[in-house]
Amino acid sequence: MNIIIAGCGRYGALLANRLSSLGHSVVIIDRQENAFKALSTEFSGFTITGNAGEVSVLRAGKIETADCLLSMCNEDTLNLMVTQVAKYIFGVPKVIARVYEPSYESMFRKFGIEIISPIQLALEAFLQALDLDTEPGTEAQ
Amino acid sequence: MKIILIGGGKTVYFLAKHFTGEGHHVTIINRDREESITLSHQLDATVLLGDGSDPEMLEQAGAGSADVLLCLTSHDHNNLVTCQIASQEFDVPRTIALVNNPENEEIFRKLGVPLIFSSTRIITSLLEEQTDFMAITNLMAVAQGKVNVTEVRLPENAPVAGKSLKELKLPEGFLLATIIRNGEVLVPGGSTILEAHDQLILIGQAENYTDVLRILTGE
Repeated sequence: MNIIIAGCGRYGALLANRLSSLGHSVVIIDRQENAFKALSTEFSGFTITGNAGEVSVLRAGKIETADCLLSMCNEDTLNLMVTQVAKYIFGVPKVIARVYEPSYESMFRKFGIEIISPIQLALEAFLQALDLDTEPGTEAQ
Repeated sequence: MKIILIGGGKTVYFLAKHFTGEGHHVTIINRDREESITLSHQLDATVLLGDGSDPEMLEQAGAGSADVLLCLTSHDHNNLVTCQIASQEFDVPRTIALVNNPENEEIFRKLGVPLIFSSTRIITSLLEEQTDFMAITNLMAVAQGKVNVTEVRLPENAPVAGKSLKELKLPEGFLLATIIRNGEVLVPGGSTILEAHDQLILIGQAENYTDVLRILTGE
């Protein structure tokens, strides 16, 4: 698959390394060139220094032919913009945003954007490890 | 009217001052603590410290009953998402976004934020208009500057394009000597029709130039 990753933070870099080692063609975008130091030797894709919120930067990452875009920035509004542009303007088939503030989840859903919320996942994992029910509203029992 | 302004800097300050002066109810959402305090002292407006793209903040600012929301931060993604939330979540009838990157104008419209303004675009077009107007070159002065030979290049949107010289009514004492069109030299007559990008070679008295340029540029 041709995959674009917006944001080379901890999650972005780990994903890029893994996807690249699985044989996918990965382009990773970050505003800071320093961020790419987090990429390992497994990574054989391309890096673009720039703001993923700029269409010209996404075009440089060949968004027109991308099969998938993962927006992993640490700003929800930026992830929400990048994913909307990818999904509704360029028609990228698979678009997923990482949620930073759990309270923002509902916004992503309203705009029809598929999400993964690391904090929510960790929370559920903790509760499961404690053998507690993870249904909202029943945690206090 | 109830107006919500999001952002900071002089633009937000002067807008708020203007709107409150006109009797409107203004609420500002600003991210910077010190600036928020200063704004609250200077203005007869409600100032909230926080992030305008946070729905809870918008709720507190009374977005549910606001007539207009203006989002003026230096980050396009904040301006886009805030306006989207304001109009879709809170039914704010008019949301206006500052677009910093002119490339994003189209994106904002397609994603449901039709009212936008781009300062970059405004300044660029001002400059381009100005440059079009400046496409006037004084080629030479004759008789101690009483008569000038001038070249005027008609801009893309020249109001005189498509008009004949007869219709233009150039002032007395003025001669359109030559038109250079696509590298060809034309000797114009009354029925000659001007086109955009024509280079006009004009000869006339200096004091009439303002009138002639006004006719040619439509200013």
